[in-house]
Amino acid sequence: MPAASRILIVGLSSPWGGALAQVLERDAEIDAIVGVDTLDPRHELQRTEFVRVDVEQARLRRIINAAGIDAVVATRPDQAREIVAACTEPTVRKLVFASSALYYGCDADDPAFFTEELARTRPPGSARERELLDAERRIDEFATRNPDRAVTVLRFADAVGTAVREPLQSLLSLPVIPTILGFDPRCQVIHEDDAVGVLAHATRNELRGIYNAAADGVLALSEAASLLGKPALPVLPPWGTIAAAVQLRRLGFRIPVELLRQLRFGRGMDNRRLKATGYQYRYTTREAIVKLRVHQRLRPLLRSGDAGYRYEREVEEFLRWSPSVQSAPNRSGDHGGDGAERPAYDDLNPDELIELISSLDIDALRRLRSYELSHRARTTVLEALDRNLARMNAE
Amino acid sequence: VAEHDPDDTGATVELVLADLRAQLPAADPADLRAQLPGLEADRRLTDWGRSERIERALDRTVYDFLYHYWFRVEVEGVENVPSEGGALLIANRAGTIPSDGAMIAKAVGTKHRHPRPVHLISGSNLKRAPGVGMLLTKAGLVSPHPANLHRLLFDEQALALAFPEGPVAARKPLRERYRLRRFAGASLIESAIRAQVPIVPVAVLGAEESQPALGRLGRLRRLARLPALPGPPLPAKFRIRFLEPARTADLGERAWEDRKFVQTLTEDLRALIQENVLELVANRRSVWFG
Repeated sequence: MPAASRILIVGLSSPWGGALAQVLERDAEIDAIVGVDTLDPRHELQRTEFVRVDVEQARLRRIINAAGIDAVVATRPDQAREIVAACTEPTVRKLVFASSALYYGCDADDPAFFTEELARTRPPGSARERELLDAERRIDEFATRNPDRAVTVLRFADAVGTAVREPLQSLLSLPVIPTILGFDPRCQVIHEDDAVGVLAHATRNELRGIYNAAADGVLALSEAASLLGKPALPVLPPWGTIAAAVQLRRLGFRIPVELLRQLRFGRGMDNRRLKATGYQYRYTTREAIVKLRVHQRLRPLLRSGDAGYRYEREVEEFLRWSPSVQSAPNRSGDHGGDGAERPAYDDLNPDELIELISSLDIDALRRLRSYELSHRARTTVLEALDRNLARMNAE
Repeated sequence: VAEHDPDDTGATVELVLADLRAQLPAADPADLRAQLPGLEADRRLTDWGRSERIERALDRTVYDFLYHYWFRVEVEGVENVPSEGGALLIANRAGTIPSDGAMIAKAVGTKHRHPRPVHLISGSNLKRAPGVGMLLTKAGLVSPHPANLHRLLFDEQALALAFPEGPVAARKPLRERYRLRRFAGASLIESAIRAQVPIVPVAVLGAEESQPALGRLGRLRRLARLPALPGPPLPAKFRIRFLEPARTADLGERAWEDRKFVQTLTEDLRALIQENVLELVANRRSVWFG
């Protein structure tokens, strides 16, 4: 089977859908990328076509037929029924479905590392879990009925990263990490870059069946907290946890039921099957958490950079179709180029800044150095940057 | 409240195990052991959640005291534990607090030419209890899920120690001591055959007197959801005898699916441990002085 070259992304506006499109755009072998969603995409895209529709069978079929789509990537479990129905179109030869570790649930009697064949120990306890199980069942039926189509199911661990808005990440972003008294669950995450990398890997290669997508290494929550440099506080009682969580909700923090179970029993997954197909993870769980700490500390500095992109249909259409456009628009990853307003950064006093520098990677250091040089050029800061750069180069 | 029938529990355990067995991952053609992640240098816990620090602290204080002064452990045949590769150690009876498990692990850790860590396999409702469950995991307790055993024995080639009589055995009355119950954990033996690692039977003397089950407190026990109430361990003299391992490497890859064979082997191993336990009992003069 030749590699897929015309791709439909269902859920383009989800963090991974957009990032996946960005990755696939760089691949010259991929001829067409079409994305559907109900919201505007949050990623700046060059040649991806965005169609704003409700995911609905007949419309998907029309899009698939018109564009001659041969691979469908789906990131939304609630739409499984419509997606599966649309994938029976003859051109479609591949379906990649992003599921999650919620499939396995959390329980005391769980195996320490879930392999893909294992089922959950307890029946699902929440609507989200039931929906996911239902979606996987539909996908599985579709795969058995269509042996000529390659169907991949990726079960993602909780993601962490800059674009992620998932329950575990919000929990880890609190100044104090709430835990259940007397429990220190094991947790395994996947960095957002790896999540997108795994999706791209599954889109480019033919992986049939189910694969766990989780970084190497399983940390205890207490370990993760200390990596983040935050105290873990057992604010939730072991009995009546749900009632306590309801109280927390009044304070403005919402802990979903699944996360409560995860805070009690934790979960680990066996990621070896996916690694055996040739995917190499960029980050281990520990590194992903360390990366999250860097992100959490830098967020106040880079906040101004976040408001970089807003989808505007007229502009996008002009850029794609107007004969006056001479070259592709410049889409560089960092919006904070020279001249960008960074009040938060410039207001930071040198001591605070130097504290933060040691957690930057070499690229960021270089960028920061050129920025500092062209703006305030404080000698203390520049010296600290140079020291760190020298140390990085030596390593 | 009617007393719970131990045989009934045994049947339930069997049912659960059959369920678990059905879920066993199929053997993968590609050897996934190469993909096993290593432990990063600055981690304080293993991926299992086991903490070197807590384990070492326990070992230096509690276990050391129990081993040398309280139970005055004597060891025979420790060379029967293989120096490398995975192996399943099976012993008679676990107390509520598996002090005998810790003693066997310590025997391998001190008396063996190549001291190796032993992973204690034990299913226990204590895992759900706040505080206790967390500590047990950190002290290295692994629950007896077939997937866990396979990962330990086959993938990590580690030593695992299990008590195949199951939790029922922890509350057999004192007069039934050293009469081994039917092995509820047939899946343990099955996992070892599947992983093609040797099975080392271990006969332990002393453990069954050190923690007699307090039968009359059944209601309290059920309230606390424990297999038996933990009493303070009595200072019985311990004697641990490691027996000749049963090799499973040349049985073939599919031997573990043969139920009859697995049961025969399980029964043989039980008989072997029983025989050795009785011999040890016969040769001792005193429960307390050996």
